[in-house]
Amino acid sequence: MSLPETWEPRPVPPANPETERFWSAAADGTLLLRECPDCGLVYHYPSALCPDCFTEAEWREASGDGTVYSFSLLRNHGDWPEDDLPVVFAYVELEEGPRVITNILDCPPQDVEVGMDVTVAFVPTDTEDVAIPVFVPAE
Amino acid sequence: MAADESVYIAGAFEHPTRDAPDKSTMQLHAEVARGALEDAGLEKDDVDGLLTAGVPWGGSGLPPLIMADYLGLDVSFADTTDWGGSSYVGHVGHARDAIRNGRCDVALVTLAGRPRSDPRSDDFQSYQDEFERPYGSVTLGRYAVAAQRHMHEYGTTPEQLAEIRVAASQHAQHNEDALFQDPVTVEDVVESRMVADPLHLMDCCVVTDGGGALLLVSEDVRADLERECVEVLGYGEAIGHLDGGRIDLTHTAAVDSGPMAFDDAGIDHDDIDYASIYDSFTITVLQTLEDLGFCEKGEGGEFVEGGTLQAPHGDLPFNTDGGGLCNNHPANRGGMTKVIEAVRQLRGEANDPVQVDADIAIAHGTGGSLGTRHGSITAVLGGEDR
Ligand SMILES: [Zn+2]
Repeated sequence: MSLPETWEPRPVPPANPETERFWSAAADGTLLLRECPDCGLVYHYPSALCPDCFTEAEWREASGDGTVYSFSLLRNHGDWPEDDLPVVFAYVELEEGPRVITNILDCPPQDVEVGMDVTVAFVPTDTEDVAIPVFVPAE
Repeated sequence: MAADESVYIAGAFEHPTRDAPDKSTMQLHAEVARGALEDAGLEKDDVDGLLTAGVPWGGSGLPPLIMADYLGLDVSFADTTDWGGSSYVGHVGHARDAIRNGRCDVALVTLAGRPRSDPRSDDFQSYQDEFERPYGSVTLGRYAVAAQRHMHEYGTTPEQLAEIRVAASQHAQHNEDALFQDPVTVEDVVESRMVADPLHLMDCCVVTDGGGALLLVSEDVRADLERECVEVLGYGEAIGHLDGGRIDLTHTAAVDSGPMAFDDAGIDHDDIDYASIYDSFTITVLQTLEDLGFCEKGEGGEFVEGGTLQAPHGDLPFNTDGGGLCNNHPANRGGMTKVIEAVRQLRGEANDPVQVDADIAIAHGTGGSLGTRHGSITAVLGGEDR
């Protein structure tokens, strides 16, 4: 097993001013979360204002460790390379709390289980400032 | 009109088509509108309120303007609130309030679409797409992760989910318009093709062209009608979402919409004779039954065993038209047919073998996706002679 060299032809996100730092940090090998300086909420997606109190949030580096909260094996998918099916569509619960949508890679899909320990990895895209955070089994 | 004045569903029509390659979606809107007017015994010119959603398919047009123009309606009230498939249950509540407030007397609710003959792929459309679509997020997967987590936390089994499809198929055999009319067994369901673990093909609803329409009317209008009417007794709506990453995949927003609607109507679970429960997937039904309080959280699997949902003898007959699982899920939006079948039950016009003695019914919609964002909407309806 290994990671794809590039995320294409899978869909690549169009970054916007609110989110470009998230994607460029990923391109530099860092998973970012948002943290509210007022109420302390650590959250994802990285909206500029805290979803609980509308305070301007700060960026915070995630450890990249988490566990699989849930997953599904998508047997067919129009956006995916045939030889990379099924897609392991998953929620990972990060050590910091937020449950994030992702894919589990670098492991046989049938071996994925709820509760398994995973860690973040990044797959480059053809866009220089965008990489895709995914999760792989922890060592 | 007074804030507590009665409002009724006077017309309900489900388009008989399940595949419409030779018609436009707008044409289907007009056909279901005509059908509901005929059912109520009302004229087109009587309509002064318009409610719809998802017009045009996948686009960001100006739905009330497009619809009023195309249908040639002169309306004093329009509402195109879109909670996905549950929208049409929501429109029942919004139409009731508009009529009570004197904004209109005859409100037309329409739904139409052609996903079977004209599938379109959607593109990056929302803020959230940016963090979901790169991972292959699709409706099917977003419900499958809910099922997987429910199984993990509560030990729910594929066989228990299959019971829901079995009940729907038992009902569909009596519906000559249903897309799938053959009864299936638990084995058929769990041996059907796995499409997104842990969901099998038969855990999923049908894809159909078609539509439906409703007409809601004031007490004054109703007084002049011959047609048996159904009263809107209660209504509640709520939205569930990712909540900054605190999403709980085992719960739906029905935990909020249900009590709101039941309180509004002044009813309890024991009063409910029939339930239309949105069945995009079997897991949607199971979680909704728990969240509406028909059983404890986590006990939905046990609850649906033994024919609980099967009419006419089950404790809680559901989706007696065959539901979205077997009959119809027009435009990928099942809220409309949920209301229509509840109206049929309360009028005594369900298919004979599945007609129950119903005075009080609920129609519950779940639009969007359990795995990300969804709108849960509950309507309580009452028969004329209750
Ligand atoms: Zn805050």
